[in-house]
Amino acid sequence: MPDYNLSHLDQLEAEAIYVLRETAAQFRKPALLFSGGKDSIVMAHLARKAFWPAKMPFPLVHIDTGHNFPETIAYRDEFVAALGAELLVGSVQESIDAGDVAEEKGVNASRNKLQTVTLLATIEAHRYDACLGGGRRDEEKARAKERFFSHRDEFGQWDPKNQRPELWNLFNGRRHEGEHFRVFPLSNFTEMDVWLYIQREEIPLPSLYFAHERDVFARNGSLLAVTDFVTVQPGETVERKLVRFRTIGDATCTGAVESAARTIEEIIEEVAASRQTERGTRADDRRSETAMEDRKREGYF
Amino acid sequence: MDILRFTTAGSVDDGKSTLIGRLLYDSKSIFEDQLAAVEESSRRRGDAVVNLALLTDGLKAEREQGITIDVAYRYFATPRRKFIIADTPGHIQYTRNMVTGASTANLAIILVDARKGVIEQTKRHSFIADLLRIQHVVVAVNKMDLVDYDQAVYDGIVEEYKAFASRLDNLVEILTIPISALNGDNVVDKSDRMPWYQGPSLLYHLETVYVGGEHNHVDARLPVQWVIRPQSNEWHDFRGYTGRVAGGVFKPGDDVTILPSGFTTQVKEIHTDAGLLPEAFAPQSVTLTFANEIDISRGDMIVKANNPPLVSQDIEAMICWFSQTPMAERGKYVLRHTTRETQAAIQHVRYLVDIDTLHKVEGGRSFAMNDIGRVGIRTAVPLIHDAYRRNRITGSFILIHPGSNETVAAGMIL
Ligand SMILES: Nc1nc2c(ncn2[C@@H]2O[C@H](COP(=O)(O)OP(=O)(O)O)[C@@H](O)[C@H]2O)c(=O)[nH]1
Ligand SMILES: [Mg+2]
Repeated sequence: MPDYNLSHLDQLEAEAIYVLRETAAQFRKPALLFSGGKDSIVMAHLARKAFWPAKMPFPLVHIDTGHNFPETIAYRDEFVAALGAELLVGSVQESIDAGDVAEEKGVNASRNKLQTVTLLATIEAHRYDACLGGGRRDEEKARAKERFFSHRDEFGQWDPKNQRPELWNLFNGRRHEGEHFRVFPLSNFTEMDVWLYIQREEIPLPSLYFAHERDVFARNGSLLAVTDFVTVQPGETVERKLVRFRTIGDATCTGAVESAARTIEEIIEEVAASRQTERGTRADDRRSETAMEDRKREGYF
Repeated sequence: MDILRFTTAGSVDDGKSTLIGRLLYDSKSIFEDQLAAVEESSRRRGDAVVNLALLTDGLKAEREQGITIDVAYRYFATPRRKFIIADTPGHIQYTRNMVTGASTANLAIILVDARKGVIEQTKRHSFIADLLRIQHVVVAVNKMDLVDYDQAVYDGIVEEYKAFASRLDNLVEILTIPISALNGDNVVDKSDRMPWYQGPSLLYHLETVYVGGEHNHVDARLPVQWVIRPQSNEWHDFRGYTGRVAGGVFKPGDDVTILPSGFTTQVKEIHTDAGLLPEAFAPQSVTLTFANEIDISRGDMIVKANNPPLVSQDIEAMICWFSQTPMAERGKYVLRHTTRETQAAIQHVRYLVDIDTLHKVEGGRSFAMNDIGRVGIRTAVPLIHDAYRRNRITGSFILIHPGSNETVAAGMIL
């Protein structure tokens, strides 16, 4: 008998496609949360495969903090057009203008946490009952506890101590009116798997991921980019450096790393040799030991 | 490179977290910032040594109480393999977590404290590994450093374990390894301190154990997940039936039967966005087209015409009860099996298993949390299934409470 053994990337792909199709089948109105970061790009790529040659049966939803790197938005619009998918934008600025949420104050102010309000409002307005997210279990210790199908109550809250057990490939997406699910097809991918998959599938990425020269300054142990959204404080020195980003999020809290990696191959080498997690560059995770769990309980991605 | 999924089991303090920490550390899968964060928390908690358990115990409540509440998944890779670890809590009331971790595992590491030997927990965990049909078990006799790396202690434990395990019928392969998770003996490299041990190191075994036979490649089964109808000009007549192959191999030209309708047709093509595939096998996610246009929808099962599964409204199964709320006598639940849901009534409680003695206890009428036993179930529509021992996918189900929507039990069809 031939050896019917799948490579690890093939296994991860098959699993993710299964989860995406299960989401389409079990929910009335799913949506795919698209940030323009590599994980959501890979997820959208997999969604295209899962339903090909039909279009994916859900829209992409971008929760826009208004604090984006321009490269992210340019990439987003091109990528969505190429997919032929529908894009919906939930605006944090609008939530602020409507008085639903207050802008954080102080030097370390960020709209990262505010996104939760906009996200939940968008889910409610469109009555989405499942939101696909690109979260991975290797990213962060609270995420290591996530289910593929993760229940949220009518306030969008996650109760990590009381989750539905998930066995074999049987996913229980039953819910009451007003509740929704977060679904994580990439749960079992690691950062390295994502890069290897991007390489194999030749998925184009935003230029931010590759080494480029940029004005940056050090703050709280991160290298922040000089943008319109941050004010360089007295005592902070701006330097021009060759950098790239390991994750892409709100420009106010996503740190760059010094790097000369200009190709996927070079990035893979760099990731393999790296002794820091990718979220080590994220100020939002370092606010406290359980910052991610706290945000997730409230309904964060 | 392929994937090995394993689970760790053992009582509290047997060294599970230390072992996982060591595997991650020695394979360079712990990052400096993670280690720094763990060192910082350990210091704040006043731990004498860096507590590697904090790497896996991620929830606030877990960190506060110093216990593991829920299954956590950890990842590491060596040049040979990617590993997915389900780290399950060892506390007695958490049988359900081990069952959950075991349901997707190829291998279970059962830790035994060399000073304590085989205890009830060891038997419990072995029974669950057996029930869930994990094909490879590693009994890691840990803390050998505390018994002076004494061969006689190890041999005694191995003998006792083998005597017990002979009463379990499914375990395909049991390997016993003497280790010290703390010092790293026989974890990644063979240890000089136990020259009498002839076998492989733990990591070498994990890297090389054969898991190619985990899926059934004989009985062709495809539970239909979703039907693709592009309704575009280019793909006007395209009807693709998608799903994850649950067993066997499908090729273009194969005669297939659609269940429950019983219609027959041939596989026309196997589609992916990158072109056609010559065959499809478990656990691939695929899209099939068929020679004839027939009515097929989610929940149907595509099988080879000459190799049908079982079809019945009455099934016998082993179940493990997960919910705080005990099973209602002759209760009705939603049963989710492959890609279909149906109503199910518990008709008979045949027996509960005392998992410390492996004795069958008859006369019970209900299941409480963590109870394991055999039931007779009647379903509202026929289940298209195989015995769990033949196929883990088509032989497994969960029960859902129709009011709370909670997953209350997991079942394996006999
Ligand atoms: N001497 C010795 N101590 C060990 C060994 N493995 C674990 N320990 C200690 O046993 C205690 C419990 O270990 P831990 O990994 O937290 O156990 P868990 O509850 O199974 O996760 C800790 O103090 C460890 O340092 C070993 O091989 N030798
Ligand atoms: Mg532990």
